[in-house]
Amino acid sequence: MSVIRNAELVPAPARRSFAALFSNVSRWRVPLSILALCILPWVLPSQALAVNVLIYGLVAVGYNLLFGYTGLLSFGHAAFFGAGAYATGIAIGAFGVHWFIAMLIGVLVSGLLATVMGMLAIRTRGIYFSMVTLALAQLVYYAALQASSWTGGENGLRGFTVSTLHLPGFSVNFLDPLVKYYAIMIVVAGALWFVSRVLNSPFGAVIEAIRENETRARACGYDVERTKLLSFILSGILCGLAGTLSAMHLSIVPLDSLHYHTSGLIVMMTLLGGAGSFFGPFIGALAFLSMEDIFSLWTSNWQLIVGVIFILFVLYLPKGIWGTLISWGKSR
Amino acid sequence: MTVQLIAMQLFSGLALGAVLIMVALGLSIIFGMLGIVNFAHGALFMVGAYAGLYVAGLTGSFWWALLIAPVMIGLFGMLIERFLIRPLYGRSPDDPLLLTFGLGYVLVEAVRILFGTDGIPFSTPAALRGVVNLGIGFFPLYRLFVIGVVVAVLLLLWIGLEKTKFGLIVRAGSADPLIMRVLGVDISRLWLVVFGIGVGITALGGVLAAPMRNVSPEMGTLVLAEAFVVTVIGGMGSLPGAVIAGLIVGVSVSMTSLFAPEMATIVMFALMALILLVRPNGLYGRAAPGL
Repeated sequence: MSVIRNAELVPAPARRSFAALFSNVSRWRVPLSILALCILPWVLPSQALAVNVLIYGLVAVGYNLLFGYTGLLSFGHAAFFGAGAYATGIAIGAFGVHWFIAMLIGVLVSGLLATVMGMLAIRTRGIYFSMVTLALAQLVYYAALQASSWTGGENGLRGFTVSTLHLPGFSVNFLDPLVKYYAIMIVVAGALWFVSRVLNSPFGAVIEAIRENETRARACGYDVERTKLLSFILSGILCGLAGTLSAMHLSIVPLDSLHYHTSGLIVMMTLLGGAGSFFGPFIGALAFLSMEDIFSLWTSNWQLIVGVIFILFVLYLPKGIWGTLISWGKSR
Repeated sequence: MTVQLIAMQLFSGLALGAVLIMVALGLSIIFGMLGIVNFAHGALFMVGAYAGLYVAGLTGSFWWALLIAPVMIGLFGMLIERFLIRPLYGRSPDDPLLLTFGLGYVLVEAVRILFGTDGIPFSTPAALRGVVNLGIGFFPLYRLFVIGVVVAVLLLLWIGLEKTKFGLIVRAGSADPLIMRVLGVDISRLWLVVFGIGVGITALGGVLAAPMRNVSPEMGTLVLAEAFVVTVIGGMGSLPGAVIAGLIVGVSVSMTSLFAPEMATIVMFALMALILLVRPNGLYGRAAPGL
């Protein structure tokens, strides 16, 4: 008798502690992410990988706002990532603009592009949306390919380098990998705080309402089209910000950053980590890029392995790594 | 710029449109019936072209390739439906889309392993080389042949859908799968066959396009975007829409490449944006399900 009672008693504190753990994690999500990002370059095999995780993590976070929280599956987010990168690169390379202004220009251009693309794509619903965003992103890709006098065409944009970040009072050596990592991390941390605020705001509640039941959200009096557009633009701006960081980090903008495959990469990272969760996209970017890092040592066809893993996730773990962990923790 | 040149370019546009129609038809048939967007469609087009290349290499005949490759890939499509897409019915419409996207990724990489990363030229069969005098000028025989094959496929499809019992079941199943199930039709077997047919048509498009484009693992990406443009313009799930939009896109691309070559790759997307502003559901479309 006493044995049975003991067996029943054991899970109870565990359940309470799991629930408490997840609610604490959720409350402290921004400081916790920043803490994790701070130690990232020390636990990953290379600093190059860590910077990539930062940049693609931010892309995935921006994308997640639209896909995970608003429920709109876009296949064209490479357009905003690339537009931000190109605009920054052109501003620095062709016009010699201060890096901070160049970043602002990058974000602005991607925001404008997202407004135009969003206004077109939002007119369509459901499955159409994915097809239209893909096609419009292809338009941007071919436009960049044709405008080679500005973008460098197939060779990508070159000829701009940011070696020092001049700030009022002091300057940062942007060539030191570790300094570069933490400089980029400060921007990413700011973006994460911003996203967390957006998700906690009434707007954040409305986009989730649209994801869950668009008709009901409309019936409640919310302007669904405008909310979707706003979410699209915010998401595009965050991806554009990641693009400007990528341009400053690499000192080149490859044409591939506008390609359909980059859009697909963003979707895969977000889904692998867990769409619709705060930590998911970063975990997805970390998982994806680490897989790339490991598998590309063994074989040049690492994309095959990653593709198969992605298919298995869609079939068996559609909530992604973090989403599955959360529901597992809650069910205990 | 003579009238003759414009007429010839118009004809080139028809040949270009004919291939687009094949891809968009496959996409539209699958969507109309199963309600899913196949993102692996471009990759299957590419796999079709490679299968054609492989069969032509084995048998030494283009005609066998034209016949066998689409059937092979169609059967492969059935395997995909049975084992990968069927578990996803009843889940969010985004899930099959994501799955087929991943599948396309895998297929491209698998072809790279099997056939190499470089493009392979696919020679036009000897019987179809040369040009024909159309009265207005000389036109490549092969392109004429492509137009002919596509017209034949369209006729077959039309007869199959409108005049046979199977076609009746397919049309009814696309209108209301639940009622069909109540009436005792095995809808999942129907879906399997329809998916196979849709994929087979695309593969046929791939074999037909192979002598006109270079065969490479990346050829599917552009085709996928083109097929999306055509289906968005024509209206998702509408077969006449796919045909008319395919022709419109084909002709406008070839006309632009005559008058403003640098705009040729962009014009179809601009056309799509324009249609979206005027008719968000496409020329013949019905509102998309889901959401």
